[in-house]
Amino acid sequence: MSRTMTIDELRDLLVECAGGDDAAAPAGDISNVPFEDLGYDSLALIETATRLKLERGVVVPDEVIAQARTAGELLAEINERIAA
Amino acid sequence: MNRRVVITGMGVRAPRARGRDAFWELLSAGRTATRRISFFDPSPYRSQVAAEVDFDAAAEGLRPAEIRRMDRATQFAVVCARDAVADSGLDLATVDPHRMGVSLGSAVAAATSLEREYLVLSDSGRRWVMSPDQLSPHMFDYMIPSVMPAEIAWTVGAEGPVAMVSDGCTSGLDSVGHAVALIREGSADVMLAGASDTPITPIVVACFDAIKATTTYNDDPAHASRPFDATRNGFVLAEGAAVFLLEELDAARRRGARIYAEVGGFANRCNAYHMTGLKADGREMAEAIRAALDEARLDATAVDYVNAHGSGTKQNDRHETAAFRRSLGDHAYQTPVSSIKSMVGHSLGAIGSVEIAASLLAIEHQTVPPTANLEVADPECDLDYVPKQAREHRIDTVVTVGSGFGGFQSAMVLTRPRGQGERP
Amino acid sequence: MTVITGLGIIAPNGLGTERYWDATLSGRSGIGELDRFDTTGYPSRLAGLVRDFDAAQYLPGRLLPQTDICTRLALTAAGWAIEDAGLDTAAVRDYDMSVVTANASGGFEFTHREFRKLWTRGPEHVSVYESFAWFYAVNTGQISIRHGMRGPSCALVTEQAGGLDALGQARRTIRAGTRVVVGGGADSAFDPWGALSQTAGGRVSADPDPATAYRPFDTRAAGYLPGEGSAILVLEATESARARGARAYGELAGYAATFDPAPGSDRPPGLGRAASLALADAGITPAEVDVVFADAAGLPELDRSEALALRELFGAGGVPVTAPKSLTGRVFSGGGTLDVVCALMSIRDGVIPPTFGTRSVPAEYGLDLVLGTARQTRVDTALVLARGRWGFNAAVVIRSVEKGS
Repeated sequence: MSRTMTIDELRDLLVECAGGDDAAAPAGDISNVPFEDLGYDSLALIETATRLKLERGVVVPDEVIAQARTAGELLAEINERIAA
Repeated sequence: MNRRVVITGMGVRAPRARGRDAFWELLSAGRTATRRISFFDPSPYRSQVAAEVDFDAAAEGLRPAEIRRMDRATQFAVVCARDAVADSGLDLATVDPHRMGVSLGSAVAAATSLEREYLVLSDSGRRWVMSPDQLSPHMFDYMIPSVMPAEIAWTVGAEGPVAMVSDGCTSGLDSVGHAVALIREGSADVMLAGASDTPITPIVVACFDAIKATTTYNDDPAHASRPFDATRNGFVLAEGAAVFLLEELDAARRRGARIYAEVGGFANRCNAYHMTGLKADGREMAEAIRAALDEARLDATAVDYVNAHGSGTKQNDRHETAAFRRSLGDHAYQTPVSSIKSMVGHSLGAIGSVEIAASLLAIEHQTVPPTANLEVADPECDLDYVPKQAREHRIDTVVTVGSGFGGFQSAMVLTRPRGQGERP
Repeated sequence: MTVITGLGIIAPNGLGTERYWDATLSGRSGIGELDRFDTTGYPSRLAGLVRDFDAAQYLPGRLLPQTDICTRLALTAAGWAIEDAGLDTAAVRDYDMSVVTANASGGFEFTHREFRKLWTRGPEHVSVYESFAWFYAVNTGQISIRHGMRGPSCALVTEQAGGLDALGQARRTIRAGTRVVVGGGADSAFDPWGALSQTAGGRVSADPDPATAYRPFDTRAAGYLPGEGSAILVLEATESARARGARAYGELAGYAATFDPAPGSDRPPGLGRAASLALADAGITPAEVDVVFADAAGLPELDRSEALALRELFGAGGVPVTAPKSLTGRVFSGGGTLDVVCALMSIRDGVIPPTFGTRSVPAEYGLDLVLGTARQTRVDTALVLARGRWGFNAAVVIRSVEKGS
């Protein structure tokens, strides 16, 4: 079983895929902040999901990605799949 | 100036349809031209279906030197331009070259040649810094696609305003709208206008794979494009081209030309929302439709047929349906709406012109082409989408629309000139 | 009537209007060695490069992963132009604001990286942003989104004539009823593939000396140098500018576009005709023109052709002619718009910038080419010319507001 992902790692991946290294960058615990408020759209999440698959072998289906409203929700889905 | 602009000639190359008559035969029969990609092995790709054109450049009359220098999309465009001139019956020798222009649309232009040259220059991708000794003398023409309208201008001898209008997937509507504006304002008397795109190449397939915009019905290519159907899951990439000859109404009448339609109105708007996303309310497309109808001095009830963008993505079909309801009101429910992308796929920048061609032929034949593959409509798409079978219908006025990346939303109103019920 | 109320410039020799204009008058060049990769074996290694531009300083981080350099240049210059115009976009109805940009090579470096990912690592590695970061309409779309502009908008490709064609289209859009148009051009292609492809046109100078490689109208002219950059303007209906008390730099008084005959034809080229049509469109005679900003191809045949067109229109030595683009290289879609900015600054400051690099002009050209130092003189009316490869010609007439129609 692989090591689960932390919220900080997910945040770094989001920033890498879709930007955010500026004043509006997500800081602190972003678990409960809606993606919309963080400035991440559906493309940002698709890119993130693709990277998760290519780099960590974690496959989160499109429908699940589309339904995750916050980083916390997405992280739970990711870790559920890592643990499985 | 108060000049009215009409379309008197067309040339079309669409999947499984070489020329105008074959194109109408395909559409009116409701046949689909989508198939498994044959240009390269599509198995590593998420979407493996496309609508390809079986194009034989030599048989189309292009000389070897032209075939060598022109990208595939340029070849399509030039062949269509020649057809459009011949179809119009206009003797170009009677036209002042200074008063003739070209407006050509394309979204990804020379994509096919760019990818071919990339593989040569980079040793199949292995080199980031490239090999100068492998450089094709035509690479500059592929990098900067304004060579496409230039080739048409050389073909027809145009020396008036010439431009490429590249508005992504609304290019084919916007380029014709641009030509209409130039004739109306008096900058030209005759315009060759249309669009061409040949995007069935690995990089383009991959970039639509990445955003999951294209279909995954790889096992059933003939039924992969399902606009407005509850089971649709993305568009089918296609190639194609259509070019028109546009001229001023009085001049066309004086020479006794057959007139397909008048371009009564054209408008485009941007959604200023997202490069690929659409808001569900259809606000900006509705505004473009209203503005185009205003320009044509028609109200919503005059619309007899809507040629939809109908790409077959969930987001588009709902956005567009909302836009029709919003702009046409209750009349939207009494108006046939159909998507020819169900048959010929989505040829990106070209499709707007291909759909103008379909609209002109719908007027000519007084028949609405169907939406193929439509079995059960998405419950949120509640209009009359003319499923599977063409329908005879009185058509004096068509609204044809387009929607594209960058947020572009375009609408054109085409009307049958009065007293022109029959073709001569 | 269409006036220009805002300027946004990113040129190889200066960021921002004042720095660019100062460089243009003083001869500070943006031409330099292409040092972004190993250019060994490349036929030309000089270019007009924007060096001190850090996009992260000007644009939100969210926009960086999804944009090519050309789009970062366009977005930043558009932002500066809107700021310079003092335009509060929230106070204008969304459909009354439009965007018209010209672009020649799309997001070329961005797409080169994605081609490489596709062919070395596989389709799944291609970015979600490739589908729009590449295409020619990207700058219009991104500017529209960033500033909430929903009016009639488009993107034009006419190689180097694009910047002027975009301004002509902007004026057409205003005449059709839009209040404000953000218009101009941006281009950049200096990744290894783009830089090499530019030389495939056969017109890029192989002279390795930055001071002489691009010297338009010179007896020894041997080609041009490509450049990168962005020049975006705010164009506005006069009534709109007046109503909000905006300063107008000048009027876009005339515009025309023509196309050359097919290669091999014995018919004359169309640049002179574009110039005549633009003057007629502005309702003025050649005698009223105070300066011509030339296309300045930098190749003897094309230079001669332009010189002869000017002689026919103005008489030998009949008008001062200049080409500040020898300091920036030919910036594709941005080039014509940069020259329009020079025209507006010439009007403001009463000075014509010189053509640096050029020393001796063939007498048969009959050109009063401004050489050496800037020429102090009142400027009310300027003619700006641009040609695009394959035969595109565009001409724009810029007038001071006092002389405006």
